Amino acid sequence: MNRVEGRVKVTGLATYAAEYPVEGVTYAYPVQSRVAKGRVRRVDASAALAMPGVLAVLSCEDPPRLATEAEGELALFQSRDVAYRGQLVAAAVADTYENARAAADAIVVEYDQDVHDVSLRADHPGLYRPEVVNPAFPSDTEKGDIEAGLDAAETTVDVTYTTPVLHNNPMEPHAALALWDEEGRLLVYDTAQGTSSSRDMIASTLGLPKEHVRVVSRHVGGGFGSKGTTRPQAVLAALAARAAGRPVKIALTRQQMFDVTGYRTPTIQRLRLGVDSDGRLTALDHTAYEQSSTLEEFAEQTAVPARVMYATPALRTAHRLVRLDVATPSWMRAPGECPGMYALESAMDELAFAAGIDPIELRVRNEPETAPDSGLPFSSRNLVACLREGARRFGWDRRDPAPGIVREGEWMVGTGVAASTYPAVRRPSRARVTMREGDFLVQVAAADIGTGSRTALTAIAAGALGVAPDRVHVELGDSDLPEAPVAGGSMGTASWGSAVVRACEALKVNGTEGVADTTDEVKQDARLARHAFGAQFAEVRVNAVTGEVRLSRLLGVFAAGRIVDPVLARSQFIGGMTMGAGMALMEETLTDEEFGGFLRRDLAQYHVPACADLPDVEAVWLDEDDGELNPMGSKGIGEIGIVGTAAAIGNAVHHATGHRVRDLPITPPKILALRF
Amino acid sequence: MDITLKVNGVSRTVAVDPRTSLLDLLRERLGLIGAKKGCDHGQCGACTVLIDGRRANACLALAVAMDGREITTVEGLAQGDDLHPLQAAFIEHDAFQCGYCTPGQLCSAAGMLGEPGPSAVTGDILVDPDLTPEEIRERMSGNLCRCGAYVNIVSAIAEVAP
Repeated sequence: MNRVEGRVKVTGLATYAAEYPVEGVTYAYPVQSRVAKGRVRRVDASAALAMPGVLAVLSCEDPPRLATEAEGELALFQSRDVAYRGQLVAAAVADTYENARAAADAIVVEYDQDVHDVSLRADHPGLYRPEVVNPAFPSDTEKGDIEAGLDAAETTVDVTYTTPVLHNNPMEPHAALALWDEEGRLLVYDTAQGTSSSRDMIASTLGLPKEHVRVVSRHVGGGFGSKGTTRPQAVLAALAARAAGRPVKIALTRQQMFDVTGYRTPTIQRLRLGVDSDGRLTALDHTAYEQSSTLEEFAEQTAVPARVMYATPALRTAHRLVRLDVATPSWMRAPGECPGMYALESAMDELAFAAGIDPIELRVRNEPETAPDSGLPFSSRNLVACLREGARRFGWDRRDPAPGIVREGEWMVGTGVAASTYPAVRRPSRARVTMREGDFLVQVAAADIGTGSRTALTAIAAGALGVAPDRVHVELGDSDLPEAPVAGGSMGTASWGSAVVRACEALKVNGTEGVADTTDEVKQDARLARHAFGAQFAEVRVNAVTGEVRLSRLLGVFAAGRIVDPVLARSQFIGGMTMGAGMALMEETLTDEEFGGFLRRDLAQYHVPACADLPDVEAVWLDEDDGELNPMGSKGIGEIGIVGTAAAIGNAVHHATGHRVRDLPITPPKILALRF
Repeated sequence: MDITLKVNGVSRTVAVDPRTSLLDLLRERLGLIGAKKGCDHGQCGACTVLIDGRRANACLALAVAMDGREITTVEGLAQGDDLHPLQAAFIEHDAFQCGYCTPGQLCSAAGMLGEPGPSAVTGDILVDPDLTPEEIRERMSGNLCRCGAYVNIVSAIAEVAP
């Protein structure tokens, strides 16, 4: 089914957060800290306030009123302390964007600077074990005897991988437009992946009853996690509008986004694996070193996927975190699974090579009966089928396992494979369905950030009602609609769709309206391990002269329950794999060790894949009938595409060149440093 | 200062701040939100419009320099209710997800289809090449799409390309 909002998107009529026409709107522009650690000594706004059109300046000199619950990145201007370079320390409000930007530039901020520490190292003295990792997994797990397993192994690998700071970089910069009414109620047009949770966070930060706050996000220009938590622009727009007594719009610049909208933590990951002579794992030990800020603890669950992948008598996973003078990392597409599976699946490839076993065969031999850490049965698990089907489609049987032997002129050619996985979770949601003049209005505070939620929910409701999809109209992206969880964790469709199906069932009984709340239903879900699985296959061409790596083929095979809509699903899988290709080959934000903060804060320096970087990527899926998920029988598909892709590409680079690059991204200088 | 420009066929006279970009003029003054601001530095292509028929980044053009120019934005591609063939092909091929880069992709593709001459991937540079998928990928690489819809963008444009 074509996207139901397709027409407004191709004609330029879809309204994103900064685009609502509002009478008398004014503009805010923030000022960012120039130091990485210290205190704001003085803010001199006198020159800025004297400039044309300037309505207000906000800073810690006169802290705007926030609730005592306000914390972390959202407690704007409440403290003189600076936690990282780039933190918002002031803002100017003016009648035009140009005047606001000029006024912000004229605000003088003086600092008492302290010595900062922004470098993640595996031997950092500040490393500690967090209580839990995102969102609530135990930090460490241990089963069996790792050292005994490694001692007993026929072949072992002990390898360390690093992944850099990565930025989500959705195409739509984070923006908000805030309006207060005469009764003190607040309307925020925000770039939010969830309007219910954004409303709650804005209300608690400002100290307002949540009935007095409404958040609207009808169209969101991508998020990939960075709009899943409320970001400072929403709070700043509200504060600025209160100070100026006018509606205020703020759209962060691309450069500002790098500092205040979250990022994927850099990781250092050590993997120790052992196999016996039959190719069965004797030990799997995965430790991840990561960073967070001094403001908030965010601990990415990088080693968690190792808990579900392979059968082994000894399994240890651990996370160590250090709090640095940096911005707070946050969710980026498949937090945990994406960096963790990059390292695990690269290490599995190294192990297969070291043991002389085909990498697909190694994974097949270590397929577990039940979830390796919890012992829970899987609701369904078709990793082996994905590997086999991918091997057939990709022509894996024609591959010579010896690396570095296929050469076409300057180009070395190789292929690689990796497995992928992502949890299939659903959360409680509400929904309402109403019959109106023969058509059906579906209302749920879901979000469509490009995933196609409107279209998927239309299809789900039409199916549940037994009517044609053109009789169903879905309304979402508004916190005044029935409360719903965030578009994240690949659980949107599963969560909202469950509520929509139940509301449709209620309507069929009632005749005109159906409402649903799946809180009790979700609570009663049986205890099972629910995960999607997949396998990515990559073919690369590595230029021996320039060091360039070109992707010539990319295939993903997935087993993700019942696919709700094949058109949307294919786009989601391919989109995730495209972002994975960026992670493998180009994406990297550098940390400025001398001054703090990030370098490469724009799209000319932070390279995301462009059209010419991608071959004709292929994504397919296997039919999977799983009755233990939700009424649709679906598993989330927004994130699994990125998981495994970087490892498949890295493994292909090894096959092409005979050398491992263990530090992402695999850029030309790293290739040229190899000897082949 | 006052400038007069034609936007989607309609003549407009506006007083502009000399610091204002064409992109901000369209979005903040003329109510045309189709052209998107993704980076404001000419790096992402989301603001691509046609200036006198040629594709250009509206964020890199100063409004004061647009006096007497003809601008076409994504809002001006369709003829009434009839979508431009590229718009229809983008819907049919699912060539977008979040939609934020889409107006720029469409304007860029519309401009690209009329651009003669070789590109970096053209074999014989003395002959106008066919718009193969490889040529389309090369010529559309100034328009970033973070959702990763490139595969479908290329197939949509290929359907419309001569």
